[in-house]
Amino acid sequence: MSMNKGENGLCDLSVRIGGEAGQGMNSISSLLGRAFVRHGLHVFIHHDVMSRIRGGHNFTQIRVSSRPVTSPSARVDILVCLDKNTLDLYKDRVAGLVLYDDGKVKESAPAGPKFLALPMEKIAEETGGSARMANSVASGALAALTGLSLEPIQDLLAEIFSGKGDKVVQANRECARRGYERMEGKREGLPVCDLPSPGKGVRKRMLITGSEAMALGALAANVRFYSAYPMSPATAIMEYLASKQKEFGIVVEQAEDEIAAVNMAIGAFFSGARAMTGTSGGGLALMVEGISLAGMTETPLVVVDCQRPAPATGFPTRTEQADLLYVTHCAHGEFPRAVLAPGNVEQAFRSIGKAFYLAEKYQTPVFVLGDQHLNDSSWTVEPFAMDGLFTKPQSLVSERMLKDMGPYEYSRYEITDSGISPRLLPGTPGQVLYADSDEHTVEGHITESAGVRNAMVEKRLRKLAGLREEMAGPRIFPDAQADSYLVCWGSTLGAVEETVRGLREDGANWGYIHFSELYPLAEEPIPREITQKARLVAVENNALGQFCKLLRMEAGLHIETKILKYDGRPFTPGELREKLEKGKG
Amino acid sequence: MADIDIFKSDDPIAWCPGCGNFGILNALKRALAQLGLKPEDVLLVSGIGQAAKLPHYLRCNTFNGLHGRALPAATGAKIAGHDLVVIAVGGDGDGYAEGGNHFIHAMRRNLDMTYLVHNNQIYGLTKGQASPTTDKDMVTGTTPGGNFLGPEKPLALAVAADCGFAARGFAGEIDHLAGLIEQAVRHEGFSFVEILQPCVSFNKVNTFAWYKERVYVLDEASYDPADRAAAFQKALEWGDRIPLGVIFRSDRRTYEDLAGLKGAKPLRDRNPDKEKLAGIFEEFFA
Repeated sequence: MSMNKGENGLCDLSVRIGGEAGQGMNSISSLLGRAFVRHGLHVFIHHDVMSRIRGGHNFTQIRVSSRPVTSPSARVDILVCLDKNTLDLYKDRVAGLVLYDDGKVKESAPAGPKFLALPMEKIAEETGGSARMANSVASGALAALTGLSLEPIQDLLAEIFSGKGDKVVQANRECARRGYERMEGKREGLPVCDLPSPGKGVRKRMLITGSEAMALGALAANVRFYSAYPMSPATAIMEYLASKQKEFGIVVEQAEDEIAAVNMAIGAFFSGARAMTGTSGGGLALMVEGISLAGMTETPLVVVDCQRPAPATGFPTRTEQADLLYVTHCAHGEFPRAVLAPGNVEQAFRSIGKAFYLAEKYQTPVFVLGDQHLNDSSWTVEPFAMDGLFTKPQSLVSERMLKDMGPYEYSRYEITDSGISPRLLPGTPGQVLYADSDEHTVEGHITESAGVRNAMVEKRLRKLAGLREEMAGPRIFPDAQADSYLVCWGSTLGAVEETVRGLREDGANWGYIHFSELYPLAEEPIPREITQKARLVAVENNALGQFCKLLRMEAGLHIETKILKYDGRPFTPGELREKLEKGKG
Repeated sequence: MADIDIFKSDDPIAWCPGCGNFGILNALKRALAQLGLKPEDVLLVSGIGQAAKLPHYLRCNTFNGLHGRALPAATGAKIAGHDLVVIAVGGDGDGYAEGGNHFIHAMRRNLDMTYLVHNNQIYGLTKGQASPTTDKDMVTGTTPGGNFLGPEKPLALAVAADCGFAARGFAGEIDHLAGLIEQAVRHEGFSFVEILQPCVSFNKVNTFAWYKERVYVLDEASYDPADRAAAFQKALEWGDRIPLGVIFRSDRRTYEDLAGLKGAKPLRDRNPDKEKLAGIFEEFFA
């Protein structure tokens, strides 16, 4: 197959499909991606889209490799131009081949062996009777150019269009065949490596986005209520859960605003159901008073913040990691909280269960930080393990405690050493509870007492010590000491992992330290033997180095060198390596 | 009728002597007893304001949340635990100003819960500023030259929003009010009861005597609350005569019914379904 073959015999190929919003780049990449995964390869699909429904310029890039890939590549091996704009923007940056629709790019048609003309829309109209089937023509053409056979494409087209009847299936398959035949034998110049055949011996793998992984994590953790207001890039979590309401017996409520969304989730958790909400930074701003309410009433709450570039509306469809200090500090007053930041889809899946466990046990808000890069990209992974998912309810009043209690004797805010007061659910026979946003007595009634105030502040803040113990330490690679480490958190993991792998393959003794559970930070977040001897370089998708600030504030740890990126795009391993070599690191 | 004393709270009351809230508290206790409910069956949800302190003065489950946000918290609590009798309580500032958006959407959702709004046409807790229902020309801390805006008409809003049950009571007519609250709780759907309540400290215009002169109870034999056009007319009536009683009724299907919750196990009692979970990855295999 025509894929770039590295010196070690590994395949690594990137196909960029560009066009206007609504032209179906996602359909092509998803079809092609699935075909490759069926052949036992690994795929990473990332979307670079504008905030519009039609027009503009969007692209989807699909990276295929014989080993796991968790980041986009800056290099483009095959460029598919569904419009002229795509051709103009990238034609000079393409290492390999450029496939373009010569029905759409008439004037100044490019010359040279790397330019392949294919009238995709015209073929689609002639063959299938609809220009929309140009996607199938392109898919067939890409099968030929990447060395796939036509069969997996044909199979997938049959599966995708099975609901639309035989005629539609046949028309699409015919379009794909014509695209394939026109491009057969045109992949000269690219090195070849073997493509495992699909089916037997090939591991069944998933192609899944971060949002879908978070939604599955929520289902696995027994979420029962999700309230939110649509906001990119968090909406996909809501839509997936909404599609599962009947099957899983959950309710997804589209709130009138994020203020309602967070208060609904708090009400539902107070009532006794696992509840969560999800939004992006701007929506979180509206939720902030509710975050404080959960802290004060000691009601569990899980909030997903899918970060996007800000301030204000920012880049609605792009990526950034600039909400870290915001979620660790947002809301008035002092109360405990936890912040998790998964680095890949597997961690995204597991982070939701952990968040529910922490929120319920410590009766306080827990944040999960995603971002557009993690949440919207498609990753190739093995099915997630279904153990250790924290479905068991935490810190409720036990049957025994209830037996020993006289009628209506329960006190919601009992002072304890851990700061955790056993929680009663409303409706428990013979008992009631009072929860209050005012400072309150042990019974939950409003008070102005200085003594009670001190006791309650201290009780709530004691929960921080317990939370800190629960935080997983960073993933440190390699086990043996490296000379230098990239320090990162959340979704930069993929690019960092790959950069370190490349450096090590080239003989440089680099490692990485990745944090997926950020707050409260351990007193010694990075082992002293590393901070004393090794060079540390922070990698963050923001402009201020927010995690570095957190490390300094919470642990007195200072990282001087930072590689920061805030253009709304994710890191690629290539640019990270380049910045390190330019001496930035 | 259950013993009314079962709803007695030990928390000392922090309202001004002579406050209209006392009458409302008594009416609510009486209604709960008439309904044969126990304290653990009921969840009172409130925001912030003098009215929002009310749940502390009863023995019932209580969630006293944020200013203006009683309804969304009550909505979440009711959806997750639809076996609970949920009653949200607040004042005119809490419900019509800060929480106005939630009020509209709570009526749209039509969950089977009750919303009591103590309307004293003034901000009490913050010591006498204009509210959305303050009468025109009234001088308050924030309208020193007189309120040049007229009051909003929450009941007309309720008719427009096709609210399940919309009624008006008066804190000085405790028996009548207790009956209204009882009907509101019994009504299957969102029930809104606006309660006229004098503020003895900050509203020297709309006093007990002022209301007493004007309020009259609607004649159930001649007034049909299911007639939406007539209800809209009635909801606008404010001045020399102020109607009390059920202004509007709509037997729209409830949220619980439409969302498949009615008759089903409450969300909060549902456990993970291991069999279904085992298949959650299927659709993602390439």
